[in-house]
Amino acid sequence: MDKTSSWISHIEAFVDSSCAPKQQAASVDAIAALVKKDLLTLEALVREMELYLTTSDHSIRARGMLLLAEILNCLISKPLDSATVSSLVEFFTSKLADWQVLHGALIGCLALLRRKKNVGMVKSSEARALAESYLTNVQVQSLAVHDRKLCFEVLQCLLEAYPEAVEMLGDDLVYGICEAIDEEKDPRCLMLTFHLVEILARVFPDSSGAVASFAGDLFDILSRYFPIYFTHPRSDDFDITREDLSRALMHAFCSTPFFEPFAIPLLLEKLSSSLPLAKLDSLKYLNNCIQHYGTDRMIKHAGAIWSNLKDAIFNHSPHKTLSSTSEAAGNTESEENQIAKEALICLQTAILHLDSLEKDPILSLIVEDEDIEMKFGLVSNEGACTGISIESWRQLSAVGNILSVSSKASMSGCTRVFQKFFPRLMNILEVSASSSSYGCNTKNRTSSLNFGALYLCIQLLASCRELTLTSQDFSPQVTTVQDTWWSMLQHFSGPLVHALGSALVAVGSSELVSNNTGHEHAIYEVKGLQVLAMFPGCYLPISEDVYEYILVILVSMVTERFEDTFLWKLSVKALIEIGSFIEKHHDSYRGISFNRIVVERIVSLFQHDDSTMPLALKLDAISEIGTIGVDYMSRVIRLLEEAILSKFLAVCVEGCLEAAEILVPLLECYSNRVLAWCYTSGNFDEVAMRFALCIWDQMESITIFDKDVKLKDLLDRVMMTMKLLVWGCVEESQSLIVRKAYSVLLSTTFLSEESLSFSPSKLEGLQLTPDLVNLSWRDEWIVSLFASVVMALLPQTPLPDVKLLSNMLTTFLLKGHLPAAQALASMVNKWHVNIDKSEVSSAYTLDEAIEMILERSLLSIQSSSNLGKSDLLNNGERMLSCLCLLNKNSSFQNNAVVGLAWIGKGLLMRGHEKVKEIAMLLLKYLLSNPYKELHSDVSGSGDGLDVHTSLATSAADAFHVILSDSEVCLNKKFHATIRPLYKQRFFSSMMPVLLSSIKQSRLLSMRVALCRAFAHVISDAPLAAVVAEAKKIVPSLMDSFAMLSEDVLNKDLIYSLLLVLSGILMDDNGKEAIIENINTVISHLIRLIFYPHMMLVRETAIQCLVAMSGLPHARIYPMRPQVLRAVSKALDDQKRAVRQEAVRCRQAWVSMA
Amino acid sequence: MTLGLINANPVVHAKKERVARAEDSHADDAVDRLDVFDSVRDIRDPEHPYSLEQLSVLSEESITVDEKLGRIQITFTPTVQYCSMATVIGLCLRVKLMQCFPPHFKVDINVTPGSHADEESVNKQLNDKERVAAALENPNLRQLVDECLYSSELYSL
Repeated sequence: MDKTSSWISHIEAFVDSSCAPKQQAASVDAIAALVKKDLLTLEALVREMELYLTTSDHSIRARGMLLLAEILNCLISKPLDSATVSSLVEFFTSKLADWQVLHGALIGCLALLRRKKNVGMVKSSEARALAESYLTNVQVQSLAVHDRKLCFEVLQCLLEAYPEAVEMLGDDLVYGICEAIDEEKDPRCLMLTFHLVEILARVFPDSSGAVASFAGDLFDILSRYFPIYFTHPRSDDFDITREDLSRALMHAFCSTPFFEPFAIPLLLEKLSSSLPLAKLDSLKYLNNCIQHYGTDRMIKHAGAIWSNLKDAIFNHSPHKTLSSTSEAAGNTESEENQIAKEALICLQTAILHLDSLEKDPILSLIVEDEDIEMKFGLVSNEGACTGISIESWRQLSAVGNILSVSSKASMSGCTRVFQKFFPRLMNILEVSASSSSYGCNTKNRTSSLNFGALYLCIQLLASCRELTLTSQDFSPQVTTVQDTWWSMLQHFSGPLVHALGSALVAVGSSELVSNNTGHEHAIYEVKGLQVLAMFPGCYLPISEDVYEYILVILVSMVTERFEDTFLWKLSVKALIEIGSFIEKHHDSYRGISFNRIVVERIVSLFQHDDSTMPLALKLDAISEIGTIGVDYMSRVIRLLEEAILSKFLAVCVEGCLEAAEILVPLLECYSNRVLAWCYTSGNFDEVAMRFALCIWDQMESITIFDKDVKLKDLLDRVMMTMKLLVWGCVEESQSLIVRKAYSVLLSTTFLSEESLSFSPSKLEGLQLTPDLVNLSWRDEWIVSLFASVVMALLPQTPLPDVKLLSNMLTTFLLKGHLPAAQALASMVNKWHVNIDKSEVSSAYTLDEAIEMILERSLLSIQSSSNLGKSDLLNNGERMLSCLCLLNKNSSFQNNAVVGLAWIGKGLLMRGHEKVKEIAMLLLKYLLSNPYKELHSDVSGSGDGLDVHTSLATSAADAFHVILSDSEVCLNKKFHATIRPLYKQRFFSSMMPVLLSSIKQSRLLSMRVALCRAFAHVISDAPLAAVVAEAKKIVPSLMDSFAMLSEDVLNKDLIYSLLLVLSGILMDDNGKEAIIENINTVISHLIRLIFYPHMMLVRETAIQCLVAMSGLPHARIYPMRPQVLRAVSKALDDQKRAVRQEAVRCRQAWVSMA
Repeated sequence: MTLGLINANPVVHAKKERVARAEDSHADDAVDRLDVFDSVRDIRDPEHPYSLEQLSVLSEESITVDEKLGRIQITFTPTVQYCSMATVIGLCLRVKLMQCFPPHFKVDINVTPGSHADEESVNKQLNDKERVAAALENPNLRQLVDECLYSSELYSL
């Protein structure tokens, strides 16, 4: 029994109006949970609550009702027996009459009505009783918005779930709903009311039903909302937009054909409104209504609809020429264009729905329309495009669109339009029908084609082509019966093609090229030819030789008119369209002629060097042809590969420099366009692998390279191509390529001459040859290409003989071969850590490899004679002390530092520990004191200092290599292993060390080098990380400005430092750091205003000063005179941009006072 | 000063399109008349919420610049012959040019010959260093000038 008392306290808490709403909600949940778990029956609950439900105190009764209703709401999915449901329904139905407790009663009714059949549903008769009670007792209009919403929801539930029960209520129900929804204003309720009307119409579909008799009243209520005018801001708690409301109202409008006598006149009237929004809405509604009201009802409005649509189309068609708007139209579709578009859609629907087979009311109206007739006469006589006024262009496109829509609708419609207009167009274009194939119009045209007629003609052709594409089944009578559109087209097509073709030829040759007129014509002439060639098989209206003539004309445009880029592109595009169409429809017959005429011609154009056409265009054309389909592409690939390989031979063996100039664009085209296409179409692997192997074969077969092949950009391009080839391949293909490359590599001369196994005695030999002088060109190419293969591999692709490879690459690294360093870094970065040792016989771990690399790099930096090869890292101090002794091997050291930087980058990106060692090593080079050692240096040669400086500089630049993103390798594209936030990690581990070193350094040269390293680190690290450390960084940042601004070579670095500073200035945290150092910051910025080497530095410095004018007044005011003096000198700067910034800055600081 | 507006209904012209300078780092960026015009075209008329350009008080052609000699000459045309605002406009121009160009430029400001009833005295007043300095000491006048220079309430057509 104590349980009882506990839930009774919940009831009391709920009914007590002084309790917090949160507590009340908790009570409801608690009781509902009890009921759900069957610890409490509903019966017992109701009995216990009797007093609350029947008391004469209104507020307590209302709370009691609400509690019961809320509990029921929580129990919607709990099964209840029918007796309980019945008694509850009866109770709530009766309570609808009690207006003081209406809120609870409505919630309760709704909760009961929403119950599904499987959990105990309200009976049909009970639902009817509820509806009756509702209709007699509830005055919806007088309620508050939340209750009104509940009322509509109850009605909606009744109509949706118990249609047969409420149907019997008939007129009463409809009348009640009319009354309820009248004058509703709240958007949430409106959404419901519109929906109510929609389902109401579904419940009473009969023509003698209640909706039919009340249609006038109902529509009267709805029509007041049209067009929806809703300016509520979007950021609203009930997410309803104007579009939602408008759509709901539209569905209500179309819900029943009984609205037709009222809706259509209203819509037609609003269509002529001056408000664009109203027009747009009317068109959309009209479009829907035509589809829903049925042909019989709508047929009588055909005339009115047509005349209204006609006005809309004529007044709102786009007035710019298509060519100039085609680019802009995509993003900014003006209201004007939308209206015209909607009107055309509506017209199309009207034709589709209202025109039956026997009589076509709309079509007849269109064809016999006097306006169309008149405007057709007017616009079809527009001679040149440029002479057309805006207004007549509007008319022209309107007529074109109307004719196109009406001929697109059906075969018969198409025929009618053709019969009426096509012969006249042909007449204007001076094309005469010929029963024979062609030949009547071979005389050269003196004047260009009439533009208006040309435009309309092309529109017609395009739409009947679309018609043939959309009608699935081939209707033979179209092609056999006389006087159909098809037979007319067939009569005229031959001569038409010749007219278009000769006009197109004339465009290029005449002086029209210079102005746009020719181009406007050419667009439609090319399009016409293209459309005529693209009818699906059986519908093709032109004979075989005419078809070929089209191709010949277009190809001749491509081969001869390349000076006119516009025309050229147009023709290529048309040809590609035609080709793709053939490919899509598997039309092998026409494919043959396409191949013969187009592909062969362009291929031969490409193969023969004699033509004057620029190479870039040839490559454009040929790669475009390839995009038609796989067969075409494989042909293009073969062609390109042959060309590349033969040019390659020419360059490498004969030393032909002209060939190199051709080879670079060839490779570019191959890697950018062909490979990209292959990648998307899925046959990348085989193509790329085959070609990569081909290149290696070639490398293998060429044994002697010409001495002069020092073409850096060619080598770069070949390397990039190789990388791209390898990049997209799957693992198996990659390993094939690697093995092939490896075998070629083994054949190189240097490998046979010197064994790469490491020994100190070898090193001496190495040191004598510190650079690549003695490496033959062939060897350099092979190593570079091999390095590119390694850079682009997937991490899981196995490498052959890793030990030898890393040894060899290290050797090249020390010789200053950058790709080798990058390849080694990629190897280290992608090294398979979890490799099973038993699997690989010569298991060689990453750590071993790194150890080896470091050892050898270090050895090269220091003299081999001084130290044994072991304990190198521990003997860092000693090792450094001998640094300056080796002044003769300076380039060697630099190479080693650069190599270490790349390896460090590879390690850092994968998050390997050893990167710290490398970083510390680099730091030691920065910190080594050259004077001390110089002092003890026996030889005392003067250039020891230079060596040291250059070493320190390369060590500083190594930080740039480590932190910057590389295009060449170690990036996402080339499958690098990248740990997230690796830059931040490096930044935060290096920053304390660098900062303290800068502080401690006494020597100027050392300080410069340290500042340089510091500058690289902060400008390459992510700004957010830098800003967070602003307080520590700003003083050293200022130091770096002082140190680095002396040397011209540091100008880019200075600029990136300034960008960091401006980043700090934008941040609140950073501003504080700046304020602390305000004096130094301002004096350095003032000095940078006059930085002579780079305009951007001056400009940015002034911008920083502008930003600083927003700092707290008290801190910056003392600096004001100083800044103003400097800035007014900057008014005299050589560069305008700087002067303008100076004016802004001066204003900002002057107005501060 | 005066009751009512001096020119109650001025003719407003369209603004000329702004020429974006080509971003050429090697171009000769010497001061030219477009520079000067760009800096003064948006000065607001003391009476109306239109810029001097819109009221055709100024045009690019009415400005000459000699970079070598360091001279800027501006001739402006008051909207009406007896415009008492001519001196204020001239003062605004002078202040603006002082702010935008280095001090070694000598600035001459005149009204277009025949465009003002009291042409000679206006010209004299505008190019008298001491009178300009004195005018800028006057807080009311200073405020008026600043309003014209930094006003953002220009009507665009």
